[in-house]
Amino acid sequence: MLMMGRRGFLAAAGAVSVVTMMDRGIGRAWAQATGPFKLDPLGYATSALEPHIDAKTMEIHHDKHHATYVTNLNAAVKDHSQVASMPLQDILAKLGEMPDAVRTTIRNSGGGHANHTMFWQIMGPGGGAPTGDLKAAIDRDLGGVDAMKETFNGAGARVFGSGWVFVTVDKQGKLALESKPNQDTPLMEGKRVLMGNDVWEHAYYLTYQNRRPDYLKAWWNTVDWSKVGERYAAAKAGTLTI
Amino acid sequence: MAFELPPLPYAYDALDPYMSAQTLQFHHDKHHQAYVTALNNLIKDTPLADKPLEEIVKASYGDPSKQAIFNNAGQHWNHTLFWQMMKKGGGGSIPGELETKINEDLGGVDKFKEAFTQAGLTQFGSGWAWLVVDGGKLKVTKTPNGENPLVHGQTVLLGCDVWEHSYYLDYQNRRADYLKAYLDNMVNWEFVAELMHKG
Ligand SMILES: [Fe+2]
Ligand SMILES: [Fe+2]
Repeated sequence: MLMMGRRGFLAAAGAVSVVTMMDRGIGRAWAQATGPFKLDPLGYATSALEPHIDAKTMEIHHDKHHATYVTNLNAAVKDHSQVASMPLQDILAKLGEMPDAVRTTIRNSGGGHANHTMFWQIMGPGGGAPTGDLKAAIDRDLGGVDAMKETFNGAGARVFGSGWVFVTVDKQGKLALESKPNQDTPLMEGKRVLMGNDVWEHAYYLTYQNRRPDYLKAWWNTVDWSKVGERYAAAKAGTLTI
Repeated sequence: MAFELPPLPYAYDALDPYMSAQTLQFHHDKHHQAYVTALNNLIKDTPLADKPLEEIVKASYGDPSKQAIFNNAGQHWNHTLFWQMMKKGGGGSIPGELETKINEDLGGVDKFKEAFTQAGLTQFGSGWAWLVVDGGKLKVTKTPNGENPLVHGQTVLLGCDVWEHSYYLDYQNRRADYLKAYLDNMVNWEFVAELMHKG
């Protein structure tokens, strides 16, 4: 049904027009090309992660950077209805089969859309700590929470240029660390991402400038572990998407 | 002999408001310094330690075991040129001979600026936009991260750093505005013409 709806929507939309999304009650607005992919509002205020991530960074990062990925992704699939009707995780897993003319845009903007959607989801004011199954998996596969943070931050510091550090999770619940350049994601190898941190300079430059290690360290204070726990459960149930 | 960070050839506020003093301070004193420091540490006590910078860049390019050396050597080379490619009151008119060459090879100054801006905008992630001489002809190119035209056998005339650290404090996500300001208000065209004459 959803796929039919998307096709119908696309056909009706014709040329790309721009609508404006409003974030309820906050009054921020971002441009969004019509198409199958949508930029969801942040689930919390832009100031919710201060002082670790400042409100201006959150606003530009979500309303401008992420919005641009969504706009460009929608534009890329506009003339490829077959692709437009696929879920994003399937598009990324089949990057090699995408039409030549739009493959690079799909890689960059589709990856960017998936990565940032996950990023906003696993952060929040909730904080907390890993518990239960997730905690056990971190202890088993990544040497415990402290060791995981240290290895993760080391990988983040070593990304030369722009990129991401991820914790991936398989259907058995096994965790692994992986870093990727630019907007590449383990989804491109058919894997699932439990969580990840954006180490593009835009993610931290207004507050941390050249001090990426300080950002990496502070970022853990923004992680909402209940959200990560939900993703972990979904991964084991086979329902985790992007 | 260890490499040293060359001083900025103008005051930190020389490019203000197009590139703020704060941006130049971080970019030169922190980012460029970090590349120099990392490079020195990486080549210390290795056969590359006494080699000229250009040779290190070329020798480490495409060698996975020397990726970190290449990254930092490339960025030291790129930034050393980048500072000289800008000046207070830059942009402005292009020296005659260079303008003629731009007209001949790139279809005019406007077309060149458009192509250079496009190269900068489409360099996804971090990298550089370039104006180079390749086989006697001017060409606009782009490279990711620390890569540069040197490793492609081209002569650099102009380069613009499009890593976000170059413009984020002043322009945030508006890379296009930064590229426009670079071309119209910052480029030291006399230095670019000098590079062309040297070949
Ligand atoms: Fe980002
Ligand atoms: Fe730079």
